[in-house]
Amino acid sequence: MTATARAEAARQPVLEMRHISKTFGAIRALQDVSLTVHPGELHALMGENGAGKSTLMKVLSGAYRPDAGGEILIDGVPVVTGNPIKARAHGIAVIYQELSLAPNLTVAQNIFLGNEPRRFGVVDRDQCNRRATEIITRLGVSFSARASVSSLSLGERQLVEIARALSTNARIIVMDEPTTSLTSRETDRLFEVIATLKSQGIAIIYISHRMEEVYQLADRVSVLRDSGYVGTLERADLNASRLVSMMVGRDLSAFYKKDHRPPDEKRAVALSVRGMSDGKLLRDCSFDLHKGEVLALAGLVGSGRTELARLIFGADRHMAGTLELDGRPVTIGSPREALDAGIAYLTEDRKELGLFLDMSISDNISMGVLARDARAGGFRDFMAAERRAAKSVSDLSIRTGSVQANAGSLSGGNQQKVLLARLLETEPRVLILDEPTRGVDVGAKSEIYRLIDNLANRGIAILMISSELPEVIGVADRVLVMRDGAIAGEVAASEGEPLSQEKIMELATGAAKG
Amino acid sequence: MTDRATGTISAGDQAVARNRRLRTAFAALGMLPVLVLLAAGFQFLNPRFLTETNLLIVTQQSSINIVLAAGMTFVILTGGIDLSVGAILAASAMVAVIVSLVPDWGMLGVPAAILVGLGFGLINGLLVAYIKLPPFIVTLGSLTAVRGVARLLGQDTTVFNSDLPFDFIGNGSLFGIPWLVIIALAVVVLSWLVLKRTVLGTWIYAVGGNAEAARLTGIKVPLVLLFVYGVSGLLAGLGGAMSAARLYAANGLQLGQSYELDAIAAVILGGTSFVGGVGSIWGTLIGGLIIAVLSNGLILAGVSDIWQYIIKGLVIIVAVALDRYRLQAGART
Repeated sequence: MTATARAEAARQPVLEMRHISKTFGAIRALQDVSLTVHPGELHALMGENGAGKSTLMKVLSGAYRPDAGGEILIDGVPVVTGNPIKARAHGIAVIYQELSLAPNLTVAQNIFLGNEPRRFGVVDRDQCNRRATEIITRLGVSFSARASVSSLSLGERQLVEIARALSTNARIIVMDEPTTSLTSRETDRLFEVIATLKSQGIAIIYISHRMEEVYQLADRVSVLRDSGYVGTLERADLNASRLVSMMVGRDLSAFYKKDHRPPDEKRAVALSVRGMSDGKLLRDCSFDLHKGEVLALAGLVGSGRTELARLIFGADRHMAGTLELDGRPVTIGSPREALDAGIAYLTEDRKELGLFLDMSISDNISMGVLARDARAGGFRDFMAAERRAAKSVSDLSIRTGSVQANAGSLSGGNQQKVLLARLLETEPRVLILDEPTRGVDVGAKSEIYRLIDNLANRGIAILMISSELPEVIGVADRVLVMRDGAIAGEVAASEGEPLSQEKIMELATGAAKG
Repeated sequence: MTDRATGTISAGDQAVARNRRLRTAFAALGMLPVLVLLAAGFQFLNPRFLTETNLLIVTQQSSINIVLAAGMTFVILTGGIDLSVGAILAASAMVAVIVSLVPDWGMLGVPAAILVGLGFGLINGLLVAYIKLPPFIVTLGSLTAVRGVARLLGQDTTVFNSDLPFDFIGNGSLFGIPWLVIIALAVVVLSWLVLKRTVLGTWIYAVGGNAEAARLTGIKVPLVLLFVYGVSGLLAGLGGAMSAARLYAANGLQLGQSYELDAIAAVILGGTSFVGGVGSIWGTLIGGLIIAVLSNGLILAGVSDIWQYIIKGLVIIVAVALDRYRLQAGART
C-alpha cells in the first residue's frame, strides 16, 4: 500500500488547523488559514517569502497564539498548543533551518537535551545512550549515539534533530527548508528517512521552495499567498504552472512607478561582472548593468543574491572574477575602494549593518563623505554636514523634527531614507540596493520607488535585490534570477508584454528544468 | 498625503525634540550631581574638605588617573578595553627616570616616556586591529608582559634621581595651579577636540556604535583601532612621566598596580557605554574626580583603609546602576 493510499485510508486526520488568523498590531500575518494533515502523509506547504508559512508553523508549535476563532485539533480533539513545551507534549516537533544543537555534546545528549532519562535524580547516561541508539537505528543511520555532534556533517546533524523529535514521540514533524544546506547525497538519505517516518504513520509538514522535491515527496500541497490560504492540490493534480500561478497570482497596482526610459541595447555598460565566485556558494556569476537601468536580482532567500552584491562591493573577498566599470577594469578589495570607484551598496539589514542608531541623522548622512568635507587638520565641517542633511531631508522627505535627533528615533521608512541619503551623498555611478523596501511602510515604499526611478533617469545604474515579485516587476527593466549561487537566467520585458512573474518563479525554483 | 503628514507631524516632533534636548542636557550633566553630593557630604563630615589646599590635593591626586582615563575613553568608545595602562605607566616611568640620569640630556626623559608608551600602545593596537584578537586578551597579555619589561628596566630595583630635571611637572605650579592639574586638563580638552571636532573622532564613535556598518561606509576600521590604542598607550606614557616627576623615582614592580581599574572606573562612572559608541570625555573627567573625592574624603573622615575599598566599590556600582535607571526612564518617555 502506498503512502498516499494509506493517507486516504486514514479517516481521522492527525492534525486540523481551522480558520487560523494572526495579527500583530495592525499587520495581518495570517488570515483564515486552514490545513488538514493525515497520519503518514507528507503535506508540502508552499508560497513566496513572507506568504505566512513560517507564521502558520509558529502558531502550530506554540510560539505564537492564534487570534480568537481559530482552533487546532489533534486526533479530532481541540488543543491549545500555547507554548513549545505543550506543543511537544501533543506530539508536534519542528525542525528549523537553523539547527539548534549543542555541538560539544554527544548525539545522545542532544537527543535528550532538556528531557534526560533520570535515575535517582541524576542523568542515566546508559539509558540515554541505549535509547538514543534505538532511535537512530530506527532511522537507519550510521553514526554512533556517543559521537560528538561537532564531528557530524550538516546532513547528519539534521538527522539528529529528527531523532530528537522521535524521542518525544512526535507524530507531526515540521521540516522548514530541510535540504537548503545539504549535499545531494545527504538529501537522498534524508528522503529515505522521510519515507521511513511516513511508513511509521508520522505526518510531515514540509516547507520548501524547490519544485523537484515537492514533486518527488508530496502527497498533497497547500499554497499560501499574502497571508491567506489559496488552495490545496492532490498529488495527481500537481503541475508546475498551476503551482506557480497559485503562488504569485495577483495584479500589479499602480503603486509602482517606472517612468525612466528603458535602456536600449546601445546604452553604455556601467558595470560589467565576469565570473564572480566566492569559493563557497557563488559560482561563475556574470552580467552587465547599463547606465540608467534598473536591473533586478531575483531569487529565493539563500540563492546568493546578497553574497553576490557584497562581493561586488568588496565587503567580502572573492576567489575569482573581474569587474569593469565604464569599460575599465577595476579591482575592489574593500568597501572604501568600491565607494571611491563610484559603487555604493545599501545593506538589507539597516539596523545591524547600516545605521549608527546612537548618532545623529546628520552624522549618519555625512558618514561616507566626512573626509571629503573635512577642513584643514582633519577638523569636521559641521556646516557642510548640516547642509547635506537639510538637503537630504527635503529631497527624500525624511520626516523628523531635527537632523540632530538620533537615527534610532526614526521609523523604519525614514531610517531607510537616511541610509539611502548617505549613499547618494557619495555620488555613486552604480547603486546596489539590497531589499530597499524591507520593513518599510506603504507610503515610504512608493516614495522609494519614485526615488529609484529618478536616479535611473539621472543615468545611475541600479542593481536591485528584491524578494517581492510585484516590486521586481513594477520597478525593474530587466530581471536576473539566481538559484543555488549561480545566475539561473534572465527575464526581460518584450514588446508590449510585461515581465512575467511565472517565468521568474520557474527560474528561481528550478521548475523550468522539470 | 505627504504634505499633510509633514504638517501634522511637525508640532509633535517639536515637542519630541524639546524633550530630547532636555534629556541630552540631563545626560550631559550625568554624574555631576553625584560629585556635588559627595563633596557636600564630605564637607559636612569634615569642614577641612572644601578648603583650597585640600581641593588642590584632590585634583592633583586625580590628575594621573584622569590622563589614563582619557586614553581609556578613546578605547572604550570603540567597544574595546585597555588593561595594560598601569603596566605601561610603570615601564614609562622607569624609562623617564633612567633617561633623566643621562648628563645634560635629562629633559629627554619626558619624551622618552611618552614614546615608550606610544610604542606599547601601538603594539596593542596592531594586535587588535590587524590580527583581530579580542582587546581583553591582548591587553591582559601586555599587562603582564609590560610589567615584566618595567621590572627588567631597573633590574628589579627602584631607580632614583633626586636631581630630576623635570621635577617641576610633579611638584611645581603655574599661577598657583599644579602642573599635574594643568596637564590633565589639557589632555581632557585635547581629547574633547579630537572626539567631538574631528573626522577621526566621529569615526571613533561610528566604529564603537556599529563596526560592520562603519566598514561598509568606507571607514578604515583597523586604522581607527590602531589610533585609539596608540592614544591610550601614549597617555599612559605621559602618566608615567608625571608619576616619575612627582616621586623622583620609579619602581617596576609596584608603580601603577591596578591603575587600569581606576581608569576604567572613571570612564564607566562618566557614563560611557561599555559596548562603545556612546560617551563623552567630560563624563570621564567627572568620573575621575568622583574617585579622587571618595579617596580623599574617606581619609579625612577617618575611615579605615579597608572600609575605603569597600565603600569605593559600592559607590561605583550604585552610581552606575542609578545612571542606567535614569537613562532607561528617559528612554521610555
